Amino acid sequence: MKEFLSGNEAIAKAAYDAGVQFAAGYPGTPSTEILENIAKRYIDVYAEWSPNEKVALEAASGASMAGARALASMKHVGLNLAADPLMTLSYTGVNGGLVIVTADDPGIHSSQNEQDNRHYARFAKIPLLEPSDSQEAYDLTKLAFEISERFDTPVILRTTTRISHSKSLVSIKKTAKRAVKKTAIPNNIEKFVMIPSYARERHRIIETRLKRLQNFSDKFPYNRHENKKGKIGIITSGIAYQYVKEVCRDIPVLKLSMTYPLPVNLIKRFAKGFKKVYVVEELDPFLENEIKALGINVIGKEKLPSFGELNPDIIEGALIGKRKRIRKNKLMLPVRTPIMCAGCPYLGIFYTLKKLGLFVAGDIGCYTLAALSPYNAIDSTLCMGAGICQAFGMEKVLKEEERKKLVAVIGDSTFLHSGITGLMDIVYNKGITTVIILDNSTTAMTGRQDHPSSGFTLKGEETKEVNIAEICRVIGVERVRHINPFNLSEIENIILEEINQKMPSVIISKSPCVLLKHKSRVHRQPSLTVDLSACNGCMACLKIGCPALERVEKDNLSLVTINTMLCNGCRLCVDLCRIGAISS
Amino acid sequence: MKNTDFKTVNFLFAGVGGQGVLLASDILSEAAHIANYDVKKSDIHGMSQRGGSVISQVRFGKKVYSPIIKDREVDFLIGFEILETLRCLNMLAKDAKIIVNNQKIYPISIYSSLPPFSKGGEGGFSDRNIYPENGFELIKKGFKDAELIQGIMLAESAGDNKTVNLVLLGRLSNYLPFEQNVWEGVIKRSVPPSTVERNIHAFRLGKRSK
Repeated sequence: MKEFLSGNEAIAKAAYDAGVQFAAGYPGTPSTEILENIAKRYIDVYAEWSPNEKVALEAASGASMAGARALASMKHVGLNLAADPLMTLSYTGVNGGLVIVTADDPGIHSSQNEQDNRHYARFAKIPLLEPSDSQEAYDLTKLAFEISERFDTPVILRTTTRISHSKSLVSIKKTAKRAVKKTAIPNNIEKFVMIPSYARERHRIIETRLKRLQNFSDKFPYNRHENKKGKIGIITSGIAYQYVKEVCRDIPVLKLSMTYPLPVNLIKRFAKGFKKVYVVEELDPFLENEIKALGINVIGKEKLPSFGELNPDIIEGALIGKRKRIRKNKLMLPVRTPIMCAGCPYLGIFYTLKKLGLFVAGDIGCYTLAALSPYNAIDSTLCMGAGICQAFGMEKVLKEEERKKLVAVIGDSTFLHSGITGLMDIVYNKGITTVIILDNSTTAMTGRQDHPSSGFTLKGEETKEVNIAEICRVIGVERVRHINPFNLSEIENIILEEINQKMPSVIISKSPCVLLKHKSRVHRQPSLTVDLSACNGCMACLKIGCPALERVEKDNLSLVTINTMLCNGCRLCVDLCRIGAISS
Repeated sequence: MKNTDFKTVNFLFAGVGGQGVLLASDILSEAAHIANYDVKKSDIHGMSQRGGSVISQVRFGKKVYSPIIKDREVDFLIGFEILETLRCLNMLAKDAKIIVNNQKIYPISIYSSLPPFSKGGEGGFSDRNIYPENGFELIKKGFKDAELIQGIMLAESAGDNKTVNLVLLGRLSNYLPFEQNVWEGVIKRSVPPSTVERNIHAFRLGKRSK
């Protein structure tokens, strides 16, 4: 019987079937469901949300060093943080199989960039596998552990949003019962201690390993030549393979699943058979450049875009030589942008920041939505943890008066992920930057995952809560203030006090996400209503940006009502109404 | 319905986060799987929890490659909300069938626009801050084969206004070659045990609706 699985579900299942004993990661679209599935369905696997991706990979490498099969999963930008351990893990190699899943996001559905993480495999000189559907996500994940152990190397499994979040049928062979490896304390310092003398020797081993891997890639059955007859041949990988087949199922194709190191001899033999060879790949010319370096003339990015997602229409246009015109929607329709929730504890903070006209160095989380209308209150967003550092860097070069006009804003999960070191920089180097920590007790944007100060583990067990205020104090922040995010005058007064201090300060707004899984912690109040006979249509309440507030027309007047299905009675709008028309 | 032995059939589900779009496309996919078709499904839901649009594509046939549908090849559009249905019209095949839930969910963009404010407009052609009140007529203009379903009303009579997705699936089932027991088996496995009865009830009401 086949199962209908998403790419992420297939990876989780394959990891389990391959005997994985340790799985770690940090939530990030589109990778999040891999660890969620392992934790939910395969309870005998140790699985954790780590504070960040670097920690996840380092912990997974420890499990591997002790002999267990281990998995680290993250979104593409997460691997930037984990690149430090990755580059040297290539040198040490593994003991138990070590697989790193990087889920890339071409098209930037939910990310800050669309970097092509295949480059990391070449950079670190380790094998790279690219599934093109859930079946291959399952098969290649299992094989990744075998390749890792056979060649003593970490392996990267690279998916994209369309692989991770698409579902397709997976047939799973009934194999022997899941077997886990024996673990023990390792004793091999030449392999695991990377001091110069040992590292030089390991680098020599890497180069030999790459040659062996290239031979393996040449014979790897998932690198395959389909359909022999034709004048044009196509070399492709990942989701692009499916689009090519959709457009022309009989065209000769060299379908690559192991894309680093490349099957050089297979590619040479394939290219000889055709007048023209196209390389069809999403994002960067990764395969194309490698193949051109072999002296093979191929057509790639001169016909296909290096940005955004591919799709069957783009590929059809490139192969036929005529760009098909995609039909646009001619209706002028209102946009439906993602917004913060009704009663979100961030609303009052961003209302105040905008009112005060401050420069807000933002970060990655739900609060990034405050950059858009109707909030318009975030001025920079770079990567996890960058906001605090950017505000500090600005402070150091701005004139004294201007220094008081900026704050950094960061969420609880992001602060624990990579905000602490930035705060340390401010204290150590005598800064005065004000940092606002929006603590909603969860990693909200990716779907409410737990983290070190949420009080629960990935498996839902209660655990110690890291105390964010104490961390700030112990670093040396003397001014740590708490605010009630539903009291607008308190928010404004405290922010004004803190930005005028000549020392670092942290303002913590602690109030749970309204969507929190542990619902007992969310305090809902009775929903509010507007007295339409009193409302004068001044629209002051709309400035809070709450989706429960709706405009209505009554007797040719434009007034406001409250959608009681959405309202959770936070009363921010009550504070804004000058005539007292809103009440519970 | 077209001859599915030779041609892959393409379904587009469109709605707003929280409407049960993804559950509906999951149930259709499983039903196609049980009926021995190859099937693929692709969702875009990165920020759907935050009130954004949700799109789910399902394709089934003898052998399916791409999980996403080519331009102008959507055979069935299941619209959970009028505006989101309008947003997808450019992706449809000429003779596409459209099943639309008669529900309007106003996006915040139309509230935060400065006065003069109008919640609804006639044409919907000129102003991005106006919700096209005559949405169904606009749909009908381009596509004859469009049905307006009183989804919320039917879901409420099934005992749960959250079962609109099953009402729409029930309506869709009239055009698909799957037996009733296949559908109901999949529904039973896909929804929480305590809600099976009202979901199946909603499905049946949708199927019989006109």
